[in-house]
Amino acid sequence: MKKNQLLEKIIHGVFLILGLITVGCVLLITVYLVISGLPAIQKIGLTDFLFGTKWASTASDPKYGILPFILTSIYGTAGAIVIGVPIGFLTAVYLSKIASPRVKSAMQTVVSILAGIPSVVYGLVGMLVLVPGIQVIFGVADGASLLAAIIVLAIMILPSIIKMSITALDAVPKEYEDASLALGATPIETYFKVSVPAAKSGIAASVVLGVGRAIGEAMAVMMVAGNVPNMPNSLFQSVRFLTTAVSSEMAYSSGLQQQALFSIALVLFFFIMLINATLNFFLKREKE
Amino acid sequence: MLNESLSKKRKTYELVMKGLMYVAVFSTAALALFLLIYVLVKGIPNISWELLTTSPSYISQKIGILPDILNTIYIVIATLVIVLPLGVGAAIYLTEYATNKKIVAIIEYAAETLSGIPSIIYGLVGMLLFSNNMGTCLMAGALTLVIMNLPTIMRTTQESLKTVPQSYREGAFGLGAGKWRVIRTVVLPGCVDGVITGCILSVGRILGESAALLFTAGFAHALNGFVQGLSSPGATLTVALYVYAKEQGEFGVAFAIASILMVLTVVINFAANLVQKHFAKRRSS
Repeated sequence: MKKNQLLEKIIHGVFLILGLITVGCVLLITVYLVISGLPAIQKIGLTDFLFGTKWASTASDPKYGILPFILTSIYGTAGAIVIGVPIGFLTAVYLSKIASPRVKSAMQTVVSILAGIPSVVYGLVGMLVLVPGIQVIFGVADGASLLAAIIVLAIMILPSIIKMSITALDAVPKEYEDASLALGATPIETYFKVSVPAAKSGIAASVVLGVGRAIGEAMAVMMVAGNVPNMPNSLFQSVRFLTTAVSSEMAYSSGLQQQALFSIALVLFFFIMLINATLNFFLKREKE
Repeated sequence: MLNESLSKKRKTYELVMKGLMYVAVFSTAALALFLLIYVLVKGIPNISWELLTTSPSYISQKIGILPDILNTIYIVIATLVIVLPLGVGAAIYLTEYATNKKIVAIIEYAAETLSGIPSIIYGLVGMLLFSNNMGTCLMAGALTLVIMNLPTIMRTTQESLKTVPQSYREGAFGLGAGKWRVIRTVVLPGCVDGVITGCILSVGRILGESAALLFTAGFAHALNGFVQGLSSPGATLTVALYVYAKEQGEFGVAFAIASILMVLTVVINFAANLVQKHFAKRRSS
């Protein structure tokens, strides 16, 4: 009997450890990023690092200012949201409220496939369709630009926005809509003035999720944004994002340059944690 | 009839909103269709038996993607073998053992955080944690992917465990079975569908992953066996696509790989749907 109880206790302990592995991973990632990211910030100085407008890591007098990357990431994400959210939101309303079950399920498959396409494939198509397209349409020297990155990101965040908004809209109680219809509102008025406000936390969460996706995307952006560390002063400029700043120099970097790349990752991580917290806030409200 | 009684303003609103929705839905569908067709049309003519069954050779100036295909398979196997016990174990702890609500909340928050971290950060941490200690190799890449896929396996398993009726567990306990025995004989068989769904989703994610693998698994194209392969650097299909397109300008090969990935994405999607439908039917009957 005693032996059995001991066995049960051991097994309980093993499962507890397995359960805590995710927590361990998060702690490990945080600790590693902080430890490897802080030294360069200390050496360069926090304000020089965050607000320096010039990044020249391989120059004889190296400059490590990441403001261009921060602004590019913010502008790029904002642009993607401005284009992607209206399309995703309207698609979600149509699919959740108006589409026949067959159309809905077919479109949901389409959206899942969009979500599953590897980011390098988006990058590849962007490189060969979007970049030359921008070059021709706007008559600029090189189409690899902030605009190309914004369009690719807008497409890549569509699936997250559509999926999450549909879930939120589907969960709106039928009674709300029936009441509105009975009062004489048309179906379309009901969907946009009753259902959408009722699902607003979930829709807000979908936007935040899109922000997270866009700010974290690296490879597709790397292939279409041109990757020159410019300040993002125009849509047609070749720019570098926080994510691509890390990946483009990692392969050949060393010393302070490499440490500075870890610091960039730490800044990116900080942004992501902020976005995660916001997402959780909205999801919690949605549940209530 | 109802429409006629509407004021002009409401009618316009109705029309505009409807029009916008159709435009949005149409563009989403057209976009997906365009991507699929464009990649397949550009890629399939470039797929040849030779491309699929050889390694790249500098002497004959030919590119083959067999090593990349094998690397992808190795890394999928290695990742799943490690992540499955961890993810399933964590899910079992959460649904069967955990009584402290605070611990559950912390673990779930951690899992959500993990699924929100972008792959480039995984790549960096994977490099620091694994590649710097064991060298750039497929195994380092696989371990990085384990952390990335842990939340997926955990969530799908947890969801399927929730559908195992409480009465089954009570019945087993009532017959005098210990907790471990109940888990082995009653709970574990009930989470098969969650595990399978989780595996399919993870395979999809691993196939699409590039940023996390670039600095952990490297981008070599050497032909290796399983064990040798795991301990040496290698590119998966996705990483190879990136290298061929961005670094070498070999767009033919890149599109060939892209079309293979595209077909796999569609197949994985249908497989996941099928599994879910199959188990949903079995459960309701």
